[in-house]
Amino acid sequence: MQLSPEDIDAIWLTLKLASLVTLLLLFVSTPIAWWLARTQSWLKGPINAIVAMPLVLPPTVLGFYLLIFLGPQGPIGKLFDELGFSPLPFSFSGLVVASMLYSLPFVVQPIQNAFSAMGNSPLEAAATLRSSPLDRFLYVAIPLAKPGYISATVLGFAHTVGEFGVVLMMGGNIPNETRVISVQIYDHVEALEYDQAHSLSLLMVAFAFIVLAFLYSVQRRQKNQSVTGSLL
Amino acid sequence: MRNITEVKKNTLSNALNISISQQTLGQSNFSLSLDIQIPNSGVTALFGPSGSGKTTLLRCIAGLDKHLQSNISLNGEVWQSDSISLPSHRRPIGYVFQEANLFPHLTAGENLDFAIKRADKTQAVISYSDVVSLMEIEPLLSQYPTQLSGGERQRIAIARALLIQPKLLLMDEPLAALDETLKQEILPYLEQLCHSANIPIIYVSHSLDEVIRLADHMIVLDKGSVIEEGETQALLGKLSTSFARHQDASVVVSGIVVKQENEWGLSWLEIGNQTIGFKQGKETLGDTLRLRIQSKDVSLSLSEQEGSSILNRLQVIIDDMEQDPKDPGMMMVRLLADKTPILAKITTLSAHKLKLSKGQKVIAQIKSVALLR
Repeated sequence: MQLSPEDIDAIWLTLKLASLVTLLLLFVSTPIAWWLARTQSWLKGPINAIVAMPLVLPPTVLGFYLLIFLGPQGPIGKLFDELGFSPLPFSFSGLVVASMLYSLPFVVQPIQNAFSAMGNSPLEAAATLRSSPLDRFLYVAIPLAKPGYISATVLGFAHTVGEFGVVLMMGGNIPNETRVISVQIYDHVEALEYDQAHSLSLLMVAFAFIVLAFLYSVQRRQKNQSVTGSLL
Repeated sequence: MRNITEVKKNTLSNALNISISQQTLGQSNFSLSLDIQIPNSGVTALFGPSGSGKTTLLRCIAGLDKHLQSNISLNGEVWQSDSISLPSHRRPIGYVFQEANLFPHLTAGENLDFAIKRADKTQAVISYSDVVSLMEIEPLLSQYPTQLSGGERQRIAIARALLIQPKLLLMDEPLAALDETLKQEILPYLEQLCHSANIPIIYVSHSLDEVIRLADHMIVLDKGSVIEEGETQALLGKLSTSFARHQDASVVVSGIVVKQENEWGLSWLEIGNQTIGFKQGKETLGDTLRLRIQSKDVSLSLSEQEGSSILNRLQVIIDDMEQDPKDPGMMMVRLLADKTPILAKITTLSAHKLKLSKGQKVIAQIKSVALLR
């Protein structure tokens, strides 16, 4: 197995990106999943659709619009500029934002399914045991949704590691900044460095297998609860 | 049926006061309209067929259902009114659900700890060791809910509701989800609890058997309104109530154990100046006990019959009689043994042949009695 220093850099960058994105997504997705699982509002359908859209959209479409909105001429890009921040496109921060959108459904849906599956009964029981809304969320809802959180973490991480289209559109190909494993493989193939491409590709195959094998074994232990929910 | 806008009762300061105005829930035709006082001691049963509104009423008391326009106060402390709506977790209640509703991610013992940590420290209704021994749950504490039987889960749920140290215990058909064997296994625990609890209990049920065994007071609901209310014993002995038409129509008689015959395995309870024999249990002389007499176990004769195997023969006076509107072949006869009412279900033909009439003195033969608590 041949890994050049550039390959190692790409691996570290990918791990850094995926970890940060997953961590942020867990915080962002929890309130969204909670609301989607419990609301009776007519907005549930549209919001569900928006959250799920990255599942069906080509990553290039997502990357294109992000470029438009976050770019120096875009509404958010202009605001960033006026506030004195550096522009998001072709930076690590921009990649984090793009990846969060791209992986959002993979984190929201398992948590949402777990919240839906538990129903109202345990929360009502907690309410009659002097447990305040926050208390029952922290000590009843979250622990009961643990299988959902496990699959959300694994899927969110794995899916971010596997992205390519959004990265290319939004991040470009800057070493140590936006050049993740998938882009590095692309570069190797373009340069006809098949040996190097093999090494990295094999790593990705092994990673994907281990992640999915872990998920399905967790799922088998939690008999009646599908951890992957409607995604897999 | 009462109209609460016209009848304004004095709200008792030492009771649970509930008034709910006519409200239609959702798209259904169901509505709840009542004005009741629930005594601050003993067991009050909310009794009625399914769909009569008893569970909805209980959920309103607990604050789990709030869409009703209601006024609820306990001992003068307002839980629900036009301007106040105390959330469930601030109401000093314990709630036992139909399904035990234990937290599946916690062991039985951790379920109890959940309550202990959040209990009202200023109010000590019952100690941990008392709860554990009352419900006999010591061996179950390390198990997860899925490892327990339905009856065991319900015992843990009752223990958990007690350990929150409530001022009022609400029980929503805690036996309804259990099969007959499990019911008989849990009932003694409930009887023990109802007997020893020093807090008021509201017990929702559609089972006359449970109500007779457990309740001191009854509120009978039908289609969202109160149709009867009062002391269990007094209500059961009336002819005009729905109970008299129930297939298990019964009365409860209470008295003191005055004689024990160990060689025959019998104890005798004094009712007025007569006695009723029953199969010996754990009681001792001088205990006050309640016996249930089913109307179908009572037959009438005009004179003392010799050569009958029936032990209990009471001199009674016919107080009232009524033909069963649904089954004209049967009659319900209300008898008085001194002041204690007893119901007898006999055929209309027998009543005709014996020429039974109000005020007549007859002999009531009671085939069997069941010891309550």
